[in-house]
Formats: sequence, C-alpha cells, structure tokens
Amino acid sequence: MNIMVCIKQVPASSEVKIDPVTGNLIRDGKNVKLNPFDLFALEAAFQINEQIGGSIHALTMGPDSAIRVLKEAIYMGADKGTVISDRKFAGADVLATAYTISQMIDHIGNFDLVICGKQTTDGDTAQVGPEIAENLTIPHVPYVKEILEVYEDYVVVRSGYDTHDEIVKVTLPALLTIEKDANTPRLPSYKRKKAFKDSDINIIRFNDLKDQTLEHYGLLGSPTQVEEMFSPDTKLDSKAIKGDAKTMAKGLFDVLKESQFI
Amino acid sequence: MAYIKVDNTKVNKEVAQKLIKICPFNAFEYDDEMLSINANCRICKMCVRKGPEGVCTLIEEERKKIDKTQYKGILVYIEQLNGKAHPVSFELIGKAKELAQVSKDPVFALVIGNQVEHLANEALTYGVDKVYLYDSPLYEHFNVERYTNVVEACFNKHKFSTILLGSTPQGRSFGPRMAARLRTGLTADCTKLEMDTNGDLLQIRPAFGGNIMAKIRTTNHRPQMATVRYKIFKKPEAVKPFGQLIKEDVKGINDHTFIEILEVLNKPKSKDISESEILICVGRAFKKQADLQLIEPLRKRLNADVACTRPLIENGWFDARYQVGLSGRTVKPKLIINIGISGAVHYIEGMKDAEMIITINNDPNNKLFNISHYSILGDLYEVLPRLNDLLEGENHV
Repeated sequence: MNIMVCIKQVPASSEVKIDPVTGNLIRDGKNVKLNPFDLFALEAAFQINEQIGGSIHALTMGPDSAIRVLKEAIYMGADKGTVISDRKFAGADVLATAYTISQMIDHIGNFDLVICGKQTTDGDTAQVGPEIAENLTIPHVPYVKEILEVYEDYVVVRSGYDTHDEIVKVTLPALLTIEKDANTPRLPSYKRKKAFKDSDINIIRFNDLKDQTLEHYGLLGSPTQVEEMFSPDTKLDSKAIKGDAKTMAKGLFDVLKESQFI
Repeated sequence: MAYIKVDNTKVNKEVAQKLIKICPFNAFEYDDEMLSINANCRICKMCVRKGPEGVCTLIEEERKKIDKTQYKGILVYIEQLNGKAHPVSFELIGKAKELAQVSKDPVFALVIGNQVEHLANEALTYGVDKVYLYDSPLYEHFNVERYTNVVEACFNKHKFSTILLGSTPQGRSFGPRMAARLRTGLTADCTKLEMDTNGDLLQIRPAFGGNIMAKIRTTNHRPQMATVRYKIFKKPEAVKPFGQLIKEDVKGINDHTFIEILEVLNKPKSKDISESEILICVGRAFKKQADLQLIEPLRKRLNADVACTRPLIENGWFDARYQVGLSGRTVKPKLIINIGISGAVHYIEGMKDAEMIITINNDPNNKLFNISHYSILGDLYEVLPRLNDLLEGENHV
C-alpha cells in the first residue's frame, strides 16, 4: 500500500538554558537528529509493506537541511523523501503545522495510510498527528503498539491506553501514531546508503500547495502565540518536619493529605 | 504574512555572529556578507528584542480581529470510561471556577456517553453552572470521530470562550481532533493556567524538555483550548448543586465512523516498579523481614508499590526486580517515600527524578535529605507506629 510517514528533524539535545544576564535562550541548535519516536513509525511502515507490498514515502516539514533525516529514512528502507520548506511557514504552531503537512499530503496525493511517531522530543505535544488526520478528514488511531492485520481497505491494530488496550479495525485511508517501543527499528543499511546516496529529495514550496491563503500558514495561521519564555523555579523547596515521633507522623500525614495522595 | 525583516545595511560579521548566537532555532544564515533567515524561524522575536537595535524587525500585517464578546464560558470536558469519570475532569472544574472569577465567565461541563446522567449530576456537585449531556448508545465507547462531532455541535450552539480537557491518553487524541475541527489553538500539558480580565487564557507549559517555561496566549481565536495532566490541579470541594442539567438532542449529529473497536483488553496491574506512580522504598534500617509489616497500613492507603535497596535483595527479602538504583531500576514516580535507606549515590541516581521525595531516616547526614522535599529526621520504629495510629484513626471516622 502507499504509506506516507511523517518525520521530523529535532535538536540532538533538548538542553536549553536561559542566560541569567541577557535573558537569551542558550541552545545547541547545530546538532540535529531524526526524532527518535519516528524510528518506530518508519519501522511500522516497513513491516506493513513487507507483508503487502507498496511504496513508502517519508515526509518532513522544516528547513531545506531537513533533507538529512529524509535520507536517513531512505537508507533505512523508504522509497522516496519530500520536504516542505518555505519562509512563509515560519512561526507555525500545531494548527498551522498540521495544516501545512496535510496540504502537502494532499498535494502528493494517492495514499492509503499516514503514519506518525507518537510525539516529538522537541515539541512534545503529540498533537500534530491527530490534527493532520482531522484536516484530511480521515480517521486516526493513536498509540499503536502492534499491527495485527493488514488488508487492502482496512487494518486491525492494537492501541494502548493507561488502563486498557483496544483492538481497533480502521477503514483506509487512515492515520496511525505509533507508540514508542512498538517494534525494533532497523538501522540504516550500508548497502542502501551506497545505492541511494545521490537519490533526489523532492522539495515542496508554498506556491505548490492548493490552498494559497497565506492566513492559513506560519505565524498568521497560528492561533497560539508565545508571549514569554522564562526559567522555571528549580530551587528545591525542601522542608524538614520536626518534633517528637508523634508530631512528625502527624506532619507526614498532613503532607500526604495536602498533596492528595491520601 | 508575518516575518522578521533583516536590515542588511546594518549587518557586519560581528552583528551576524551575535544574532546567530541569540537565535534559539538556528535560523540565521550568513553568506557573502548577507544575513538571511531560513525556514527554521519560529518568529520568537528573540532577535528583535535582544539583538543589535534596528537590525531585525517584525513585519506583521494587521489581522481581522474577532469579536471575543460573542464567546462566553469555560467548558470542561468530563472524560469517562465505562460510566466512571476520570478525576482530572473535576480538578479542571475547580481550576475553571477560579479562572471564571477573573473573567466573570460561567463554568460548564460536557458529558458524552451512554447512560451517564449520573456523571452530569456528579459534575453539578462541583459547582458548575450548566452541564450539557449527550447521552446515547452511540456514545457507549469513546469514538474520536463521533465525539468530535458532538463537541462541534455543542460549540456551534453555545460558543464557549474556553475548553479544557485532561491530558490523558484519551484527551491527547481527542483534544487535537477538536482543535483542528474548530480551527483553533490547543496548548498541550499546561502546568499553570491564568486568566486575564479580558477573558484571554494564559497557558503556561514547559518547553524544550522542561528547562524553559513558555507563556502562551490564543490572541485572536475562540475557543481557547488547553490540556492539563492529572494531579496538576486540586480536586475542588463538593458543594450543594445549583447548576442546571441540559439534555441535548443527539439527533442530527453525524454518527458515521470508520473506526470499529473489536475488543477492549484490560491490563493486568503492572508489577514493574519503573512504571509505579507511588513507591514506598525500604532499606536496611529494617532489622528483620517481619518489621516490613510496619509500612503495610501506609502502603494500603497510598495504594503504593514497595521497592527496596540492594541489601534487602541480598537478604532474600525481595525479588531483584524490586531494587531501585543504578544496578536495579530507575524510577520516576509521583511520590517516593524512602524509609530507613542510607542514601548511597547508586540509589539516589535511580530515583532522584521522582516528583515528590519524602525521606524518613535517623541519620542527620543522610544524603537523601539533600534531594528530599520533606525530611523527617527520626527513627522509623518510632515514626511509623504513630503514623499508623493516625491512618487507623481515620478509618474509624
């Protein structure tokens, strides 16, 4: 089947600090990597098509340099890679990002399944996948732990919640988000790396998209605006509960009660 | 469109390097004495505010302003499974009532399910002004397509200003679906919510792996939406219900779905301590195995899992999979209570990320006290019996 896998280039380290003097964010932005959650999404796609055949297309949104993570996906086993990149997308929040990606998917067309990782390590919202599905007016199944059955027009998957798992049959086209550790992702193969080193990555720009309304993209298309960034108060708030054994026991009892543990 | 404009007449190598350093998203490129901004730009305006004056400016076209007075009230989605509400929903009602005092908004609850009128009544006991109930066999089990259609219908009818829901696995799948349908913003996992007198919700959440907090505002869209994790806010006190239960007609709401739940498998209770939310961890200050009975009333009351340090494994009191520390499991529970543990580095490394740490120990130099939120310098053989009296006493009330 035709599978599109949405992946993202993320900072290699999430360590960010605020310079206490200048108030600037200090971030190592130079080192980037493929979002680790996306490895499970890619592997799920490979396993599906090993059963049923078809083509796997890795997609990403970001700067042109995000081509690197698409190449990594190709070395792992994807057939094609496309990046959507344009300054007009700058400042996009979840809504605008998901909208841009769904326009991209619409532009490429002809898919049976869209697969996303559960979340990214930088945004950490787990929201973009379901929003893409809504924009494409297709169903989505989150937290997929196992792909149980694959057919031309539907799949059966196991979806994991806190207290229970659901066995879900979903009609295609659909979107799945894959749970961490749902499978064992393969490594990029040296053979594929040699064979596909010079493979072309498609680049899509704003002008290629069907919806040319600027207000739907980037900062303008983003309902949420970051007003301020600040350091959390990390000082340990430590209290000693003092007194005789009875007083200390009472102090502990009150703390547990106050914190809603009992 | 909005973008950052660079005045290259003011750019030299030094200025460029300064801006490249300021930008948290690595969006500047400096080639051939030209400074440009690539698609990495998130328009955080750091370069405008902190950069050399006049080099970067934000160019923003004026947007059409929406009329915010058309939207009223804070809606809390009551998440339920098998007719039982997730407690995060009631915590959100408590928060919504606080926020509503600032913006002078009413507080509403939304209940969707099959034969769940009791949940609507339960919501009323937390002091909401109105509960909208969508009760139908179609909504027996959470179905993201059908439930989104309900929210859309409910919003179109009542025009809420704000919608809050729990950042549970269900909420994290449902929330984005709602937000995309209503074409609005959604801030995930807020740790703090504040209200402006003009009705703007300030959504505060950790960004960049939790090292930085971001304050987010939904400036020109309604509803404003946020998800919040369980136990971030307090459960409110019950009050005498005064609100109104409104049974909504579900006819006319699209019930088509591409999703069929074939089977629900309940998970056996996890025995892996790295998944535990509440842990009591015991060390070698317990003189004999039978003394572990001392923690039993607390364990039961907290519904905690019990873990231990290495010496107790060597004693044969516990199976090795209950050991916390570098040679055992790393744990990150919401609460850990260390009782009679010497606090070796190897142990501390395995549990220091717990959200709340309480330590009971009779050694004032115990290193665990340095990382504990609450320290009790005392002998477990004296403190625990007194604590058990209190726990026991409460059971008789």
